[in-house]
Amino acid sequence: MDLKKIEKVSKIYLKELISSFAKIDKLKKLRFFSGIHFKDALSQFNKRIEKYSRATRESNKVWNKVELSRSGERPQCRDYIKGIFEDFTELSGDRLTGDDSSIVAGLGRIGGRTVAVVGHNKGRNTNERIKHNFGMGIPQGYRKSCRIMKLADKFGFPVITFIDTPGAYAGLEAEDNGQSAAISGSIRLMFELNVPVISVLIGEGGSGGALALAVGDEVAMLENSTYSVISPEACSAILWKDSTGKKLAARALRITSKDLLKLGAIERVIHEPIGGAQKDPGRMIKIVKKYINDALGRLGKYQPEQLRLKRAEKFENIGFFTYG
Amino acid sequence: MDKSQKHKCEACGKDIEQEVLIKNLNVCPYCGHHEYIGCRRRLDITVDEGSFKEMDSDMRSVDFLKFRDLKKYSQRLEEAREKTGLSEAIITGEAGIEGYGVAIGVMDFGFMGGSMGSVVGEKIKNLCNRSIKNDIPLIIFSSSGGARMQEGIISLMQMAKTVSSVGRVMACNIPYISVITNPTTGGVSASFSTIADIIIAEPGALFCFAGPRVVRQTMKKDIPDDFGLAERNLANGQVDMIVSRSDMKETLARLIRLLRG
Ligand SMILES: [Zn+2]
Repeated sequence: MDLKKIEKVSKIYLKELISSFAKIDKLKKLRFFSGIHFKDALSQFNKRIEKYSRATRESNKVWNKVELSRSGERPQCRDYIKGIFEDFTELSGDRLTGDDSSIVAGLGRIGGRTVAVVGHNKGRNTNERIKHNFGMGIPQGYRKSCRIMKLADKFGFPVITFIDTPGAYAGLEAEDNGQSAAISGSIRLMFELNVPVISVLIGEGGSGGALALAVGDEVAMLENSTYSVISPEACSAILWKDSTGKKLAARALRITSKDLLKLGAIERVIHEPIGGAQKDPGRMIKIVKKYINDALGRLGKYQPEQLRLKRAEKFENIGFFTYG
Repeated sequence: MDKSQKHKCEACGKDIEQEVLIKNLNVCPYCGHHEYIGCRRRLDITVDEGSFKEMDSDMRSVDFLKFRDLKKYSQRLEEAREKTGLSEAIITGEAGIEGYGVAIGVMDFGFMGGSMGSVVGEKIKNLCNRSIKNDIPLIIFSSSGGARMQEGIISLMQMAKTVSSVGRVMACNIPYISVITNPTTGGVSASFSTIADIIIAEPGALFCFAGPRVVRQTMKKDIPDDFGLAERNLANGQVDMIVSRSDMKETLARLIRLLRG
């Protein structure tokens, strides 16, 4: 047994390996257990180490991506808005109970036309992050978003959304204020829009709070962004019963842009400057601007009714199942 | 089963005779606690006898991600099928409620925590299409911990899928009634279950986006005992009414009558 190899295996696999090694060791002591059988068992055991260390290596790689997608160095929603849209004017409030500074909404111009822009903004330093509640939306934010999207629908403006959130806020007030209905309401409204909707995942796409703004005719992910049904940490706590499984969870959940494209959950991967968006934010923003302009051109061909039908059909066709 | 067998109420701890419990629709006769009931039993007590015609009974989940945590997803599915005798976490079909034809779906928390994956999403979509085709009201009983993690991002997409499907029903002016049963959280509470014309909750049902454990963790302080419960949701304006199990069928029939004008 190659001990060096075993060292590189995730702790969670280690337990299993040690127990099966102990079993093999016991077998060795049985008289009727021939040398050939022992060799078989040993080679299978070694294969398993190989498999587990590969999984561990891959998990580490995915984890780097998770960390990169969450990095405060990457351009954020407000950076994209500033770099892409002219005359951007922020609009506030849900006209019911308040505002949410974790979600930015407003109107701006691109390519000589007005568009509505909505996105999560996480903030950079501690003060900003607290002010923006780390990009975790509350019902007021999703309802504000709905209000601005309705405005866009009324005047025929396309909707552009930027997604970057760990997830919707899990707080008592948010729950009392109808967090569930705010998210489902946002999803529903996006299906009803008669205008082109373009969604770009720029960092972390966390669960329902991300999806609430990501019901686009085109959904694109930046190369190093992630999009997941649950955070790897939470998934690990539930399924691996242990926080050290977070890297394995990140790999198992398939949350990278490449994975999502392959699964048909998004339309496009937007490549980042070498080393990641944070290495050259100016260039990254230009690349996203070009993508949005191109996407507006592609979607401009469709009639309002067609857009809605295609959007519904696209999402309603997602799923893998069998009969029998 | 031994009919004189005693059962301890989860809420008040009193002993209830098995026979009494069943007759009382698995509601504690002392404190009114609504216990878990499976989807078959739920159908039995909700729809007209012999009226249920199941759809998509042979639709099955596949482990398309080869998802493996401490167990393989395929093994978890096998175990859930064995344990519940169900093929998935929802059963859908057409039925009558006091003579009214309905398209009805009932989730079962016993099947992998009622989690929503591709099959739950597709069954709901087909149910919605049936509701539209036959112009019959849509009723969905929810009971779910949320999206099925083992299907990764595809399970998140089922939220969008089901919202779109029930949205099409509602756009046809066909009534859609959502019934929240214990517990309904996460991806199911934040999708099709909360965009209905009318939302009914069973007494004491937990109904929230993030569960109490997670919220306590985020807030770093204690939360009220009634956090996320149906009664608190009623006070907060998140549900239309709370209806006990014994009144559910009559209430659904009355609502259909009212909504159909
Ligand atoms: Zn009781």
